[in-house]
Amino acid sequence: MASVLRYRKLCITEPMLRSYESSETPKDEKQAIETLKVDKKQEKSQTIEKLKNKKKTWGCVNSCCWFIGCMCTTWWLLLFLYHCCPVSLVGFKGPEPPGVRLKNEGLSALHPVVLVPGMVTVGLELWEGRPCSRGLFRKRLWGGSFTGILNRPLCWLEHLSLDNETGLDPPGIRVRPVPGLVAADYFAPGYFVWAVLIENLATIGYEGKNMYMATYDWRLSFQNTEIRDQSLSRLKANIELMYVTNGNKKVVVVPHSMGVTYFLHFLKWVEAPPPMGGGGGPGWCAKHIKSIMNIGPAFLGIPKAVSAMFSAEAREVAFIRAMDPGFLDSEILGLKTMEHMMRVTRTWDSLISLLPKGGDPIWGDLDSAPEDGHECHFETKSYFQSNSRENNNSRNKDSTGPRIQLKHRTKYGRIISFGKTASEQHSSKLHKVAPMELMQVISNATCGEIWTEYGKINRKNIQKLADNKAYTAETFIHLLRYVAPKTMQRAEAHFSHGIATDLDDPKYAHYKYWSNPLETKLPDAPEMEIYTLYGVGIPTERSYVYKLSPSDKCNSIPFRIDSSAEGGCLRGGIYFVDGDESVPVISAGFMCAKGWRGKTRFNPSGSATYIREYRHKPPGFLEGRGLESGHHVDIMGNAALIEDVLRVAAGASGEDIGGDRIYSDILKMSDRVNIEL
Amino acid sequence: MAIIRRRKQPEDETQQHLDSKPDEDDDKEAKALTKSGKKNKIKNYSCVDNCCWFIGCVCSVWWLLLFLYNAMPASFPQFVTEAISGLFPDPPGVKCLKEGLKVKHPVMFVPGIVTGGLELWEGHECMDGLFRKRLWGGTFGEVYKRPSCWVQHMSLDNKTGMDPPGIRVRPVNGLVAADYFAPGYFVWAVLIANLARVGYEEKNMYMAAYDWRLSFQNTEVRDQTLSRIKSNIELMVATNGGKKAVIIPHSMGVIYFLHFMKWVEAPAPMGGGGGPDWCAKHIKAVMNIGGPFLGVPKAVAGLFSAEAKDVASVRALAPGVLDSDLFQIQTLQHVMRMSRTWDSTMSMIPKGGNTIWGDLGWSPEEGYSPIKKRNGKNDTENESASKECEASYANYGRIISFGRDVAEAPSSEIERIEFRGAVKGNNVANNTCRAVWTEYHDMGFGGIKAVAEYKVYTADDIVEMLEFVAPKMMERGSAHFTYGIADNLDDPKYAHYKYWSNPLETKLPNAPDMEIYSMYGVGIPTERAYVYKLTPAAECYIPFQIDTSAKDKNEYGCLKDGVYTVDGDETVPALSAGFMCAKGWRGKTRFNPSGIKTYVREYEHNPPSNILEGRGTQSGAHVDIMGNFQLIEDVIRVAAGATGEELGGDQVYTDIFEWSEKINLRL
Repeated sequence: MASVLRYRKLCITEPMLRSYESSETPKDEKQAIETLKVDKKQEKSQTIEKLKNKKKTWGCVNSCCWFIGCMCTTWWLLLFLYHCCPVSLVGFKGPEPPGVRLKNEGLSALHPVVLVPGMVTVGLELWEGRPCSRGLFRKRLWGGSFTGILNRPLCWLEHLSLDNETGLDPPGIRVRPVPGLVAADYFAPGYFVWAVLIENLATIGYEGKNMYMATYDWRLSFQNTEIRDQSLSRLKANIELMYVTNGNKKVVVVPHSMGVTYFLHFLKWVEAPPPMGGGGGPGWCAKHIKSIMNIGPAFLGIPKAVSAMFSAEAREVAFIRAMDPGFLDSEILGLKTMEHMMRVTRTWDSLISLLPKGGDPIWGDLDSAPEDGHECHFETKSYFQSNSRENNNSRNKDSTGPRIQLKHRTKYGRIISFGKTASEQHSSKLHKVAPMELMQVISNATCGEIWTEYGKINRKNIQKLADNKAYTAETFIHLLRYVAPKTMQRAEAHFSHGIATDLDDPKYAHYKYWSNPLETKLPDAPEMEIYTLYGVGIPTERSYVYKLSPSDKCNSIPFRIDSSAEGGCLRGGIYFVDGDESVPVISAGFMCAKGWRGKTRFNPSGSATYIREYRHKPPGFLEGRGLESGHHVDIMGNAALIEDVLRVAAGASGEDIGGDRIYSDILKMSDRVNIEL
Repeated sequence: MAIIRRRKQPEDETQQHLDSKPDEDDDKEAKALTKSGKKNKIKNYSCVDNCCWFIGCVCSVWWLLLFLYNAMPASFPQFVTEAISGLFPDPPGVKCLKEGLKVKHPVMFVPGIVTGGLELWEGHECMDGLFRKRLWGGTFGEVYKRPSCWVQHMSLDNKTGMDPPGIRVRPVNGLVAADYFAPGYFVWAVLIANLARVGYEEKNMYMAAYDWRLSFQNTEVRDQTLSRIKSNIELMVATNGGKKAVIIPHSMGVIYFLHFMKWVEAPAPMGGGGGPDWCAKHIKAVMNIGGPFLGVPKAVAGLFSAEAKDVASVRALAPGVLDSDLFQIQTLQHVMRMSRTWDSTMSMIPKGGNTIWGDLGWSPEEGYSPIKKRNGKNDTENESASKECEASYANYGRIISFGRDVAEAPSSEIERIEFRGAVKGNNVANNTCRAVWTEYHDMGFGGIKAVAEYKVYTADDIVEMLEFVAPKMMERGSAHFTYGIADNLDDPKYAHYKYWSNPLETKLPNAPDMEIYSMYGVGIPTERAYVYKLTPAAECYIPFQIDTSAKDKNEYGCLKDGVYTVDGDETVPALSAGFMCAKGWRGKTRFNPSGIKTYVREYEHNPPSNILEGRGTQSGAHVDIMGNFQLIEDVIRVAAGATGEELGGDQVYTDIFEWSEKINLRL
């Protein structure tokens, strides 16, 4: 029967056959077949042979077409229905967003708000590029749908890299941050960063005139954003403008992640005298800024940056590598993903700003760290929780649940150790190589094209580095200086990672100290409030167990995380502590808990500080990324955090919203940190 | 499962059928019979199947093409274009870069009416889910989905001219606000791309986006837009090593920027408090593109009957579509109701009255002959672009006339019955038209009749007539705009902001080094005067409409579809765009006390030669001129530091200087 159908199609598509039947269009199939029968008798066998073949192939294509057609139609139908159904039907009715609730309470826009996005979340667009980037003028290279990577990966990498020598644009390439709220409201379609906060602010009356997104090129060092794009001047001008146009109301600044240290830099820059600074004079911050609400701040750096700099890895990468060894390292397709990643990221000065600051006093030495002790148990527990959802319920009841006793106390201070044993041994048993000895090793390049600076170091020296077994926050900087001399030389002109002994030393007027809270004083603004808002309850990378990578080929990264190392807080070669998945509690909370609390040498005017922690609660199935998330980025959608920001923006002080709110052991940890205040 | 089964079955039968076919013919009949029995069943499937099959084919082909298109090297389209239409000239940015021009002065764009995007910040329930989505500009998807909701959100408050309660619609910020109006329809994008070639980027380019629906002073009151512009110019000048800014306003942006220049130097509560030499310190040149300095007649038609040439010709082609009551559409009424809440439209009512625009028997463009012009200039211009008037009687001064005979009659023969005191009569449509209320429904027949019996309106009369037909709107507007000519510019009343956007009632700032350019396209017939008639049914309609039956017999005549056209850029007549720079401000005049240099740069319209050129690189049309290579080159040169003299001073194709001479304005 369907043969009839197919005859008809043949007639339409096959011109040779059509000539036979042009007289009668086969409305009546029976008749058509008969004509066919009669007409074709002479060349029966031949034609039928042909028909047979044709039919076979057409059958397959037809079925395919038919199938695709069905799919398309169904899809359209569903799409149509989806668009037709009223908005309220789509999805479930979520809880009332905090903005609406606060509006009903009578809150309205008062202080202008400045949003300072963090690393990675700001979009970058192309202004000038090489021929391979044709047609992408003012299109996003970073952020958005990232189609660029898929279409032309090498071209994309080339445009995102900076110049290795200067840390600025390579010649002929201009990639610039997207300005305005669109820069960081959504990182990729559907993946919000600031959008939820913006929407809630808008509900109580904020709009373009009293909300400003201070975008900057997050690849550059902070001072270079001013030199190249005048981003700091722009931020200053906009704060002044909003201050004036909103009836002399001070601004509330909401920086996130790396934006926190960027804004610290701004605070110093704006009051410094002109050639290096913004020339705002000593009272500028006191006059213009009401409070700074740091979200997920990386005040003292993050250990994640260590592994990123050292081997371009993070937990996720190490995990993939453990699951499917060889996938990332395969040279078959000439991929060398990790090496490309490292080459590009090492040109980004800003990454250096995230290396742990404060050295051993903050991050611990070979044998002790602020997080020592019971920290691990809590940490281990929550690690299990977030990884096995079915254990969720146990969370509430088992505050005294089963504890894992460890033979050895975890030595978090050893940020990098080679081998699991090295990470657990007592310091006296460790084999040590003096840093000076490391420096003396002379490199001789053996590879033709050098991608990463590892290419310049030969295998023997790498072995020597690994022999040192354990590195603390301080010695790790030495290590980096050795393995990546150019990168560090470039970046250390912009960032410093120490602790000041004498803050009045005139050298601290240099901009490279401005983003390090341990080497600067806060501005003289006694009424300014500093909040630190961060999530807790998610295991966060703190230190790493490394091994030498087996491959000895050119341009490969010689170190990698030893993902086989397990036990206690050690998972996949990484020791975890409490935090928001990116920033450990000590880095986010220490300054507000101790470093700046009261009048200290870092905070001479005694600006008030508040700690607001948000305990992580994994989202339910339909909740998307959750209203109670404590995750580094997802916290921007945390209803409690949004409420706090809105209240402060509408005029509340830190006391009004309830002062400190602490779940973690940040105060105990801070006590253990012994620095002069 | 079902799918597989359904497909399997026919295949088997095909096989059977084929196998049996060569063997016996006699069996065929029996088989055919059974087949026809089953045929009915197939019919049910076959139609759906066929459809599916067809859609599948189309989809696959489409995907294939899409794939090929994406896989195609990026230079391919250009290669094809070049193969067809010869080598493209270098875009002006590349050309200038080769000459060694580099970024120097910071640049600020001031977009015009309509082209700036507007986005929703707060709205009623019907706009759920559109937070920070574009209501105006972009794809206009919402217009189709929820038209009445859209109209409600785009309208402003009838009394205050500000947001209606519960609705906040705000301009989009940044270059994205007006680079493309709709996808693929560029406004500033080409200029931006070319400036980027010589090194411009965000830090030295700024789009002064403002809410173009508000009156100019209200943009400051509500959004502090003027303060924002001031702050950004100051910032750009400071961060670019003290180089003064080059301002590039377009269309209504031109008068918006005039307003800004007065505002910024005025003392604080009403103005920006920049002090008397702010402009001299911060502005190098103002390069006005297609500026309606003295208003546009189009605005009159827009306010009077929500029509323009385009609408009128649609009406002529398909009478009844726009007016049909069948679907409760009443498009024009909705448009009128919405656009009458926009104060800014009133900023474009012709200014300067009869002195500038002509009276009953006289107008500056009178006697303008395109033929003479064509002879004089040889044949650079294209046939289609030159439908200007012959030197027949075109009484351009009569901006609105009721009936063609009136439009052409000598002025002595016109009998006019004063409308000003007329009784408006009862409200004819007190209940029926509430949904689309316009002020016409308050007028009654008496008022409408009175308006029509005045017969002819000149520029002076028009303002009064609008005050008559739309008292509320004009009352709102008159607090923000004026349309006269100042007698004594030193009169303290001119310190009020409502005069700031009228070049005939303000002095230019004291900035002798500043340059003012007037750049506009010419060679396109532009609306200048209208022939009106009464609408047959007056109930819920707009009672007046353009009389599209009035046209010249001659194809090149100036009266077409009830509209008299003159030379211009399709929207702004050359007179309005050029007069101030050609005469009003030239040299030291009372409007330009410090003697700011002015330059008139006209760009002859040349329609794109083929489809591949898109909207053309030599266009003179009001918006398309932003892609005119010559204009872009001029802009880049000035931005890179050139003066008006270095550009070549004036570049004039029309008789703008002659026309200006005819205008008797004390300078």
